[in-house]
Amino acid sequence: MSDVVLDADSGTPLRETRAARGERLRLLLRSPTVLIGTLVLAFWVFCAIFPGVAPYNPIFDNQFPTSAPPEWGHPFGTDTNGRDIFSRVLAGSRSILVIAPAATLLATVLGTALGLLTGYFRGIVDDGVSRLVDAVLSLPLIVAAILIVTAVGSTDQWVVILTIGLVFAPVISRTIRAAVLAETELEYVEAARLRGERSLYIMFSEILPNVFPLVVVEFTVRLGYAIFTVATLTFIGFGVQPPSPDWAAQINQYWTLIDPYWWMTLFPALAIASLVIAANLVSDGVREVYER
Amino acid sequence: MSADAPALAVSDLELVYRVRGVDRRVLRGVTFEIERGRSYGLVGESGCGKSTAALGIVRFLPRNGRISGGAISVAGRDVLALGSRELREYHARTVSMVYQNPGSALNPSLKVGTQIAEAFTVLGASRDEASDRSREALVRVQIADPGSVLGRYPHQLSGGMQQRVVIAMALAKDPALLILDEPTTGLDATVEAEVLDLVTQLQAELDTAVLFISHNLGVISKMCGRVGVLYAGRLVEEGPVDEVLRDPRHPYTVGLLRCIPRGGVRKDHGRLDTIPGFLPSLGADIAGCVYADRCALADERCRVDEPPLETVGARHASRCWHHDRARDLPRAEAADLELPKVDRVSTPLAELHGLTKVFQQRGQDVPALVDVSAAIWPGETLGLVGESGSGKTTLARTLLGIVAPTAGTAHLDGRELPVRYQKRSREELRALQIVFQNPDSALNRRHSVRRILLRSLRKLAGVGGADAEARMQDLAGRVRLTERTLTQKPVQLSGGLKQRVAIARAFAGEPKLVVCDEPTSALDVSVQAAILNLLVELQAEKRVAYLFISHDLGVVRYISDRIAVLYLGRLQELGPADVVFDGPHHPYTEALLSAVPTIDGGGRDRIKLEGDVPSAASPPSGCVFHTRCPRKVGAICEEQEPPLVEVEPEHHMRCHIPIEELRRLQAIA
Repeated sequence: MSDVVLDADSGTPLRETRAARGERLRLLLRSPTVLIGTLVLAFWVFCAIFPGVAPYNPIFDNQFPTSAPPEWGHPFGTDTNGRDIFSRVLAGSRSILVIAPAATLLATVLGTALGLLTGYFRGIVDDGVSRLVDAVLSLPLIVAAILIVTAVGSTDQWVVILTIGLVFAPVISRTIRAAVLAETELEYVEAARLRGERSLYIMFSEILPNVFPLVVVEFTVRLGYAIFTVATLTFIGFGVQPPSPDWAAQINQYWTLIDPYWWMTLFPALAIASLVIAANLVSDGVREVYER
Repeated sequence: MSADAPALAVSDLELVYRVRGVDRRVLRGVTFEIERGRSYGLVGESGCGKSTAALGIVRFLPRNGRISGGAISVAGRDVLALGSRELREYHARTVSMVYQNPGSALNPSLKVGTQIAEAFTVLGASRDEASDRSREALVRVQIADPGSVLGRYPHQLSGGMQQRVVIAMALAKDPALLILDEPTTGLDATVEAEVLDLVTQLQAELDTAVLFISHNLGVISKMCGRVGVLYAGRLVEEGPVDEVLRDPRHPYTVGLLRCIPRGGVRKDHGRLDTIPGFLPSLGADIAGCVYADRCALADERCRVDEPPLETVGARHASRCWHHDRARDLPRAEAADLELPKVDRVSTPLAELHGLTKVFQQRGQDVPALVDVSAAIWPGETLGLVGESGSGKTTLARTLLGIVAPTAGTAHLDGRELPVRYQKRSREELRALQIVFQNPDSALNRRHSVRRILLRSLRKLAGVGGADAEARMQDLAGRVRLTERTLTQKPVQLSGGLKQRVAIARAFAGEPKLVVCDEPTSALDVSVQAAILNLLVELQAEKRVAYLFISHDLGVVRYISDRIAVLYLGRLQELGPADVVFDGPHHPYTEALLSAVPTIDGGGRDRIKLEGDVPSAASPPSGCVFHTRCPRKVGAICEEQEPPLVEVEPEHHMRCHIPIEELRRLQAIA
């Protein structure tokens, strides 16, 4: 129904788009869920940048009595190596906050490029690439990721980033492709062709800016999944290794001791959950505002 | 319900939209009445509040809209006092609305029969009864084969049929008031004429009052007894249709009437009048007359004091201090131009030889163009007319190289053009450009006007850097874009400004031929006039040729030197504009012309075209027009396709009837 207002307005020059952008940001932050998500994310980013917030050293062994349950001095307890788990949780956000966004960024860039190519050229390019995409999507993403990481056999972080980037790109490319298909129907694309523009120019300079909001939405949506996937891979032993205080690495190290040392697993697990949920809260908000 | 109450009485209606927390006045004290069984037209350009008024009357306002004052009563009932249950009742029984786009008014996933039956079951009919009455309803809107239509989905029907179905549903309840909001705007002239005839006839039968909303004064003049002219939410003039159109007493009405190309006016007769300036922004505070900013008669008093609605004739009122001088409104005439002399002895600029395009659709051959040959000379305009599906756009796209022809060639300056645009040289691309119908989708909404123009200059004219900047300023000046516009993005511009940008883009490389594909049909008439003037100016200046596609015959006549008439992909008639319009003309052209409702009224009786355009996949035998031709002579029309022959100098026609016979027949009509 809102187009009625636009219609009534079409006779006059419209207001600045900057105002619209400001409005979008305001809408975004007005939603309480987005605000909470943003605060949680900001907290973890802060911890990652300033590891000094941890009250004790997260790495050195035997600073405290080993395997002590939570109490005032150590609210999350201590682990079997005599380290303060609270300090380790605060210090543990760093690697996941580097790996997950880097992987998502890679996936978004790849996926957007693929989506532009398949949506713009259609025909053989589209058929070929789309079958490949289908093949990747036929496996659960996490299984595909584990397969690749295992096949490579390295535990380097770069392998994790590349793997997640590759595995997530097809999903993103699908969404982008659909939007590109709709864009190529519009006459501005035809006008560009008729002035002799190259395909690459049309894809990246004419069409990409118009699908960019969707790219942003995709990035935020995939970030939540990526965090989860990174944690999973780390948990099964790829990526960051102990004694790093990384949350998933901690869980990996202690989950077999969950009874009776539940605190060694619970607190890092809660930290991962808080990060995934925060990312999803923000992405929901972003999607709502962009797709309004 | 009292028996003598008018069907609709709107008094002092105030309506606001809340945008970014501020109430903006959309209707400013609108008052009018429709008597039972009468029809009332509401005209004005987009943004004047016509549709908003209708939405207010049926109380279907968007969430941010609110009626802030005044009263509406339908058949004596106060509409504003209705509670939610009564409102449902009101929608179900008393008032009906028909929208512009029948395609979106019907549910695409339900069969037509189910949807019509719904209109009856709401009123309490049983299922069997509803299905019987649906059938009757379709018969009432002159659908010949109701049984088969009921079983079909909306997308399987043509636009005209869809609109009939919508009208059948609207009339299911015998409404006291039927609101038609631009019901024929998306339809071809021939279909429009049929739908309008149908509405007139049903209205007489059912004694329903009609509120007819349209931007088209011709349609209003044909359909309505009284008319109200809306401007910026104010009713500025009101009265009997013929009187308002003959003797308009408000400068806005005068302006609207003057900017429509009609009565055979042509570009070499003079420029079209335009209405300068813009509609005030939504809900602006206006102290004096709403129209003062754009009115050539406005003086100090107009800007300070709002004129009252003054009676200027029998039931004719105008809201203008100078209503007695309205007709002397100074004309906004532009300088006279010297139009290029067209020399048709020299080599044509562009030539089409036997152009044929056959599309493949589900393994079926669908010929969209069949053996079309034509030529365009430098500096002239070739108008291309025909109903939708006649192949106009395919012809243009083939010439531009977007669509590859199945057979035939296109030449430019005597040299054969590569079939696809990818294979064409920069010279050839530069020479052939296009202005699209919809400037919203034709301009990249993320690019600034400056970027759009600079890029075109770079690619088409091959200039960059400081040169390009200077050329862009020149280009922008020529299409009258201001400095401020250059930094803006298309969404920030009005439709007319956007179309100017699109024209500037096409002219960046000094083209020789510009295809104009319905360039003004998305625009208001005053803006249309300005754009047509601009195109003519550019033609005078640059000797550019146009291939001008339009369904608006008045516009085509104004701008064209010669006209080509297409039907089912075949050229039916080709000749100088005056000859094609004044006749004798091809029976199809004759029917097209007579379908257009004119403001001047009177004139010829309409020639009815039976049925829809046949499917291009299985065109009729012989002359493809014989199935609908009102002048069909006999078996020969069904058996032999007439050749395209030169019946008079420069006048080509494809008809079995000899020209002298046509002349005689058409003189009688």
